[in-house]
Amino acid sequence: MDLATPPARPGSRRWTMFASPARFDRFAAVVAGWCWALALLAGVAGLYVGFIVAPTDATQGEAYRILFIHVPTAWLGMAGWSAIALASLVELVWRHPLAALAARGSAVPGAVFAALCLASGSLWGRPAWGTYWVWDGRLTSMLVLLFLYLGYIALANAVQREGGSSRIPAIFGLVGAVNIPIIHYSVIWWNSLHQPPSLGWGTSHMAGPFLWGLLAATLGFTLIFAGVVLARMRALLAQIQAEARLRRKALEA
Amino acid sequence: MRESLDPWPFVIAAYALVVGATVLLVAWSWIAMRRAEKRREQARGRS
Repeated sequence: MDLATPPARPGSRRWTMFASPARFDRFAAVVAGWCWALALLAGVAGLYVGFIVAPTDATQGEAYRILFIHVPTAWLGMAGWSAIALASLVELVWRHPLAALAARGSAVPGAVFAALCLASGSLWGRPAWGTYWVWDGRLTSMLVLLFLYLGYIALANAVQREGGSSRIPAIFGLVGAVNIPIIHYSVIWWNSLHQPPSLGWGTSHMAGPFLWGLLAATLGFTLIFAGVVLARMRALLAQIQAEARLRRKALEA
Repeated sequence: MRESLDPWPFVIAAYALVVGATVLLVAWSWIAMRRAEKRREQARGRS
């Protein structure tokens, strides 16, 4: 994969527009700044509603307030691997020059949010269920997702260090995507202490203050995630370009 | 007998953990990006 020079590639202009590293770098710098600015607004509004405004829940009391941070972290844990799988597909099928960077850029934030989902869920489980952990389908499949992230990060780093093909972590990213529907449907397929989904496509079992606070917090965390992925992609791109230039200079000397 | 726990320590711990870790993640990613860009500029500048 040569990211030091823009690729000459036939096909749709829209598809190859961000294949130019310089153009992507400029685009990502602007978009990441906007993501973080808007994330601050949405995140603060969501957490304010969740922590202060939303009324006490009739059955769970105050412990349910963890929902406003637990659901966004769970969503981003799964969205991170979905992004890895999608970028891996683009890498394997179309060989887009930035696809491998997008996959690697999503891995660390995805792993962090998967870990935060497990930690916040445990802190919610103790007052709600009486235990920090149970080996049921939802919790176990989410723990498996965290291990998949750690494996992917180690594999992608080893491939970069040893000069292997970027197709190896891409295949791992695609195969690991099988865990995402298992996490989602685990509470439907198996008996679980974990509640079934409160939100679906166009459906909600939540009252207004809960729903809007949760949506604002989720939007805020999602924008933070997008900004972090773009920053990490820019870092990886700069690292590859610096190494390519130093190698070229060493050969010329 | 039903165990009665004060939920607030758990709520505060969860919020502190998630918000703190997210801020650290943003700061780490930003610093890593700036460091990589500086290294690229240094590589370009050397002759």
